[in-house]
Amino acid sequence: MSEFCSLNDAIRRLVRPGDSVALEGFTHLIPFAAGHEIIRQGLTDLTLIRMTPDLIYDQMIGCGCAKKLVFSWGGNPGVGSLHRLRDAVERGWPAPLEIEEHSHSAMAHAYAAGAAGMPAAFFRGYRGSDLAKVNPNIRFIECPFTGEQLAAVPAIRPDVGIVHAQKADRTGNVLVEGIVGVQKEVVLASKRVLVTVEEVVERFPPGATNAVILPAWTIDAIAVVPGGARPSYAHGYYQRDNAFYVAWDAISRDRDTFRRWIDEHVYGRTPA
Amino acid sequence: MDYTSNEMMTVAAARALTSDDVCFVGIGLPSAACNLARLTHAPGIRLVYESGTLETKPDVLPLSIGDGELCETALVTVSVPEMFQYWLQGERITVGFLGGAQVDRYGNLNSTVIGDYRSPKVRLPGSGGATEIATGCRRIYIVMKQSPRTFVERLSFLTSLGHGPTGRERRELGVRTQGPTLIVTDLCIMKPDPETNEFRVTSIHPGVTRGQIIEATGWPIRFADDVDETPPPTAEELAALRDLNARTAKAHGTDGAVG
Repeated sequence: MSEFCSLNDAIRRLVRPGDSVALEGFTHLIPFAAGHEIIRQGLTDLTLIRMTPDLIYDQMIGCGCAKKLVFSWGGNPGVGSLHRLRDAVERGWPAPLEIEEHSHSAMAHAYAAGAAGMPAAFFRGYRGSDLAKVNPNIRFIECPFTGEQLAAVPAIRPDVGIVHAQKADRTGNVLVEGIVGVQKEVVLASKRVLVTVEEVVERFPPGATNAVILPAWTIDAIAVVPGGARPSYAHGYYQRDNAFYVAWDAISRDRDTFRRWIDEHVYGRTPA
Repeated sequence: MDYTSNEMMTVAAARALTSDDVCFVGIGLPSAACNLARLTHAPGIRLVYESGTLETKPDVLPLSIGDGELCETALVTVSVPEMFQYWLQGERITVGFLGGAQVDRYGNLNSTVIGDYRSPKVRLPGSGGATEIATGCRRIYIVMKQSPRTFVERLSFLTSLGHGPTGRERRELGVRTQGPTLIVTDLCIMKPDPETNEFRVTSIHPGVTRGQIIEATGWPIRFADDVDETPPPTAEELAALRDLNARTAKAHGTDGAVG
């Protein structure tokens, strides 16, 4: 049952060194504040799972939180490279990073399989791609009915799933709106779940009959963190800070500039 | 009328789309071409982005695949698993528009690494949706700037299947969709030879020579028997593209011009 607590308490209770952790949000609702709290608490040896590592995992990788990354598209959207990710993969800084690389379709199916309690996902994928040669978690099986060769990948079942959402009600149910990505799947697939929200409301707006609502009993902790998705965005609350995504290219290119930015903007901030 | 080779490329790519298409759109050049088509000759085209937005009509080009603009102007926004399961794998998409860091003569694409996978010279972003877009859409259009570093004899890594390493692998792998049927560059238009699936030049943009195309291609490029000259951008096409880029730059506070 979801319990309201501070972000600091939530991360302390739910995330342990060595855990597999998925902070999801497809461009939208990326849980930056939660990622920054993981950096501040000095958690290491994490297996970080995310379709698009984005700036948040670039920052966590650059701070040495990760031993492994599971991902499907590792760029700075519309800008270029993730320099901290590249530095870790190409030069092992600040630590070597093991990667498990997929396609978006594979990860989307794998999260859905995790939510459904299935051991693996089966789908029409990876045909002719070299990804199957470099990732032993990509295999092929024959459909027992048609004989068609289908791709199989293990279900994603993170130790901890973390998402950001717009609203929680007083009971601790959560409403997600806009580009909903894999928010519902990661919550239902994870063993422990933290949701950060923009605000708490008495009741959800009317007309939300078919909305994405995560019942309180699927969530362990809720932390109210207004602006917790910045510099990504929260539909109905604030816009994506595109200028920061562009600026990150120069900040992250150099190790010292990166460290200074983290010192000032992550270590220098009081946790929510 | 003056125009740049990038504008010619975007206009030529846009012309390949029709009002009957349901198009899976990538960020960058594909997004510019698809929205230009929608704003000019193909107002009925249905644009789909992998963030889950169906029939989206952005007023400015998105910087990321999940910009709020895409959701706010969409008919409906579905989850990402639904997008890949029902809409892409369910073969509801007529055209997938792809680019990459490298393409070979059979339209196979690399967006993963340059050099060795385990110790890459350059680590690229990776597949994203591309691997299954390449096999799930009825046909694929590729738009890329042409140079010997991008149009290569041999890919470092095959991320997304075109017609396969020898041009024949699609059917062997049980892939029923057509694969790449068009490559548009800043110099020319290429289509696959119906016999071998090798891409050859079918139309050259105005002012470009065969020698330039040969120099900009990493394999011995062939020319079709009848090579056309690509009609230059019309005043209407250029005005629509420049308006779109200007609106985009203003909205993002950056140089939004991608094509």
